[in-house]
Amino acid sequence: MAPHDIRRPFKRAAISDQQKRRELSLLRQAQNRRDAQQQARCLASSILSLQSAAPESQPEQSDIELETVPEAEPESEAFSKDLDVRQASKLRGPEVRKWFARQLMLPEWMIDVPDRLAQDWYVFARPAGKRCFVVSSNGTTVSRQRNGSILHHFPSALPAGAKIRDGSGSAQSYCILDCIFHELDQTYYVIDMVCWNGYSLYDCTAEFRFYWLNSKLEESGACNAPSHYHKFRFSAVPVYNCDQSGLHAAYTGVVPYAKDGLLFYNKHALYQTGNTPLALVWKDENCSQYVIDTDGKGEIPSQQQVVLELQDDRKLVTSDDPPVLFGCLDGDIIEKVWF
Amino acid sequence: MEVTQVLLNAQSIDGAVRKNAEDSLKQFQEQNLPVFLVSLSGELANEEKPVETRKLAGLVLKNALDAKEQHRKFELVQRWLSLDGNAKSQIKACLLTTLTSPVSDARSTASQVIAKVAGIELPHKQWPELIGSLLSNVHQLPAQAKQATLETLGYLCEEVSPDVIDQDQVNKILTAVVQGMSSSEGNTDVRLAATRALYNALGFAQANFSNDMERDYIMRVVCEATLSPEVRIRQAAFECLVSISSTYYEKLAPYIQDIFNITAKAVREDEEPVALQAIEFWSSICDEEIDILEEYGGDFTGDSDIPCFYFIKQALPALVPMLLETLLKQEEDQDQDEGAWNIAMAGGTCLGLVARTVGDDIVPLVVPFIEENISKPDWRQREAATYAFGSILEGPSPEKLIPLVNVALTFMLSALTKDPNSHVKDTTAWTLGRIFEFLHGSVVDSPIISQANCQQIITVLLQSMKDTPNVAEKACGALYFLAQGYEEMGPSSPLTPFFQEIVQSLLTVTHREDAGESRLRTAAYETLNEVVRCSTDETAPLVLQLVPVIMMELHNTLEGQKLSSDEREKQSELQGLLCGCLQVIIQKLGASEPTKYVFMQYADQIMGLFLRVFACRSATVHEEAMLAIGALAYSTGADFAKYMPEFYRYLEMGLQNFEEYQVCAVTVGVVGDISRALEEKIVPYCDGIMTQLLKNLSSNQLHRSVKPPIFSCFGDIALAVGEYFEKYLMWAMSALQSAAELSTHIAGDDELVEYTNSLRNGILEAYSGIFQGFKNSPKTQLLIPYAPHILQFLDGIYMEKDMDDVVMKTAIGVLGDLADTLGSHAGSMIQQSVSSKDFLNECLSSEDLMIKESAEWAKLAISRAISV
Repeated sequence: MAPHDIRRPFKRAAISDQQKRRELSLLRQAQNRRDAQQQARCLASSILSLQSAAPESQPEQSDIELETVPEAEPESEAFSKDLDVRQASKLRGPEVRKWFARQLMLPEWMIDVPDRLAQDWYVFARPAGKRCFVVSSNGTTVSRQRNGSILHHFPSALPAGAKIRDGSGSAQSYCILDCIFHELDQTYYVIDMVCWNGYSLYDCTAEFRFYWLNSKLEESGACNAPSHYHKFRFSAVPVYNCDQSGLHAAYTGVVPYAKDGLLFYNKHALYQTGNTPLALVWKDENCSQYVIDTDGKGEIPSQQQVVLELQDDRKLVTSDDPPVLFGCLDGDIIEKVWF
Repeated sequence: MEVTQVLLNAQSIDGAVRKNAEDSLKQFQEQNLPVFLVSLSGELANEEKPVETRKLAGLVLKNALDAKEQHRKFELVQRWLSLDGNAKSQIKACLLTTLTSPVSDARSTASQVIAKVAGIELPHKQWPELIGSLLSNVHQLPAQAKQATLETLGYLCEEVSPDVIDQDQVNKILTAVVQGMSSSEGNTDVRLAATRALYNALGFAQANFSNDMERDYIMRVVCEATLSPEVRIRQAAFECLVSISSTYYEKLAPYIQDIFNITAKAVREDEEPVALQAIEFWSSICDEEIDILEEYGGDFTGDSDIPCFYFIKQALPALVPMLLETLLKQEEDQDQDEGAWNIAMAGGTCLGLVARTVGDDIVPLVVPFIEENISKPDWRQREAATYAFGSILEGPSPEKLIPLVNVALTFMLSALTKDPNSHVKDTTAWTLGRIFEFLHGSVVDSPIISQANCQQIITVLLQSMKDTPNVAEKACGALYFLAQGYEEMGPSSPLTPFFQEIVQSLLTVTHREDAGESRLRTAAYETLNEVVRCSTDETAPLVLQLVPVIMMELHNTLEGQKLSSDEREKQSELQGLLCGCLQVIIQKLGASEPTKYVFMQYADQIMGLFLRVFACRSATVHEEAMLAIGALAYSTGADFAKYMPEFYRYLEMGLQNFEEYQVCAVTVGVVGDISRALEEKIVPYCDGIMTQLLKNLSSNQLHRSVKPPIFSCFGDIALAVGEYFEKYLMWAMSALQSAAELSTHIAGDDELVEYTNSLRNGILEAYSGIFQGFKNSPKTQLLIPYAPHILQFLDGIYMEKDMDDVVMKTAIGVLGDLADTLGSHAGSMIQQSVSSKDFLNECLSSEDLMIKESAEWAKLAISRAISV
């Protein structure tokens, strides 16, 4: 008859570290396999849906977008566009860089004062830091920088942002936020909201998006201090109407983050990917530390250097974000430089 | 051939004689198996032969019927079944005769052989008269034959499964066994044999336990046997009770009060082997109730399979004091002896299970015991109090425990440094580990560790690592859980300021002269691994500094020459620990780009070391080194190609290791890592790898758990090499197809369902990889002929309705990949499949986001395939 052996390890850990290493390896391998397969599928599906998205009407490059709010796209199409962002957050390599570079709304330099500035525009102080897309879905949150690289992979209090048992938010819920990660206080400053709890805001005006952002973000608990299921704090930035007092507040007001210029958003503009004249950026030495180069000691060198990029069409642009057109070179010079 | 003499020689102390005898036995067996087996059984039955040769003859016979290894066992069964009928009858007759032999060793050997033959023949409806003839013995024969017969019935029940014997015969067996057990049986040996036989026969008694009268009778006889004057009978009877507690938990209610009284008496008064079984009864009840409560979450409805009777909760006021008493019965030196098992240990283990079963209710029953004993001069009382505290830390709610722990923590830290007794320190360190395991970290709202006491805790633990090996090992364990609690706490860990000191102390422990005792060295490395795993970016530079240190340690293990086999084993174990540590470091540093970049400067040297570790052995590869190489390949990416020429032979060796199937499985995983890292650069090695993998699939010697990952690995390779996979397509597809046919339907227990689902998942991952690999290649059309079968497989498993979520997700993904790769070629085929409609719709409306996503993908791909 089988004797009862010591069937319970006495005062011993239940699992061996070797077994743990084996299991972690298997998990990693399974994840990598999924990633590899997912990548193959995502490339296909994002190409498909980008093709279908291409003929979409590009908002006119005029500042009189105004009252005519375009009709919302059919629900399904909007959904598939958001889905792409989530899928694309799993892409890798150069594809991902291209993809993400295309997805953010990028401001142009403010070179003149738009009409109806006080009525139609918002202004806020831009936090200095890493611009990124934060996507929460399926119990995890991923932040992707403009170059597509993952900044953080973490649990958050955003809907669907952490694996918590209470099951609030259905499996389909997810969020996409346009953020700047501010190193100093390890906080994601949310400058725009693209998608919230499965609801797409691509086709909503900035006015509505900011309203939604301010009410929902707070509500979700994402602004709370970090905890186990919420690794980084999120925060909205104070947004002002662009009248004199608003401008003054944004320009000189004290904010908990280092400023990097002022951002101006047209209230009626939808979230448009890529550069748009409906979002503008202003920088000077009072509201940004990145206006003038300094050396290691913090002193300003006598000469300022600028890196210029020569584009295929012979245009010479700065490597600013967004680039500023400097001029155009003629063919002779290009050949001389080339050889 | 004179068997007797050969068998005698086979037991000679002279090696040469022995070898010679073994060779002749082998030769005899190969030349004429039936005659060989018949003469062995004749030897066993022959009363004139010496007892040693009879016993050995029986053993050789038994070994000709059964083997541990599955594959060999199957061969032996087939061989017996095809053996000449006359020979078999002669052998069986000899065996049955031997049961009545006056020589007890001969009888006992015959019992075991009969059970083996029965194990082969009864499932094939052969030897139908066996049970009848055994039962007739019981009633007619002298005591010793009766004892041997009951023993045979016991072994027989152990060998064959209950569905092989019909209820009528089961009833007769049980009647004979229970009669043999009853107090009216005057012969102790008979009663003992019957009690032990019942232990094995309990699994056959389903019907009898459902009948109140029969069950009452069996239970009464078992309980009476626990009061027998013979200690072995009492022990065997309690073993029956333990088995009944898990097999027939739901039938116990009417007896539980009596059983409590019996067990309590045994725990307090009886000899240790009996007392241990009595405690085991309650541990086993805890196991049952924990399972039931976990499964139903304490929420019982009429349709629950087995209701919880809350036996433990009801017995609590009497059970806990009984268990607390046992804690005071420690043995000296029990902490040094790894195999030690005594009443105090069993009692503490049971107390821990009780705490998990009832939760908060146990706390007020144990706290007075702790308070009363924790400061007593007698070490036994202090140790018992500490052990009681440590045992109840899992189960009760943090709200209930944290106030206690906040008070106890300072006391424990002081005891760990100051208590004069090593047992107390050992248990104190273990208890601290339990505190950190269950009450520290993100699961708890109010942290027990603050900035104020963190420093003290670490100082005490590091100090205790210099204590005796068993105490130091427990201190390492406590540190392990302390570090684990800070995992994912944020960008900054409270351990950061101590990181360097902790690592240094752990390395010092690994170098202790006595680190081989109490698995101290292993514990130190495991803790180091956990500290590294849970470290944050702040300490990444320190983890980087650890790389050359561990490399140097590994290098040092390679220096020794001419090692004895004992030294070689130690070397290999140490190499395993160091490779494991490097694996953890590689994974940690590889996870972020900046650290990976710096780490890569060591890649060449590390790989060189791993290759040298492999070279230390001739026949097998080192599993830990293999695991570490997988992590390295993942971090290095395509650059790993430069290591392949040298590494390849070990990879092949790992894939060929059927015996240590874990090694084989790990190596298969590494092939996947390498495929993803090298992509098309793996082509030169594909012939060898694919050949070996296909060979592994067709082998029935390889543990089945390795087969699903092999299929997944096909997918990894196909995705990596693209259309180059054409070369293997036919072979891979044929292996996949036959596995798919086998795994469409499942008939079996939960374990088989789980295995079949993992097999399906492997097959589907292979299909996905192959489709995706061939996509956009001019050779796509090669896959068209396989599409109907694949769709049929998808439809088949969908219709079975028993796939798990993982399979569902992979399956619907395959449908998308098939549509995406074959496009219009498969359009009409896809439209005809059930999968493209019902299955797809079911997945589209799934709650599981992964399934839904894959389904969205499949929908998109199908709509394109159909529209074009």
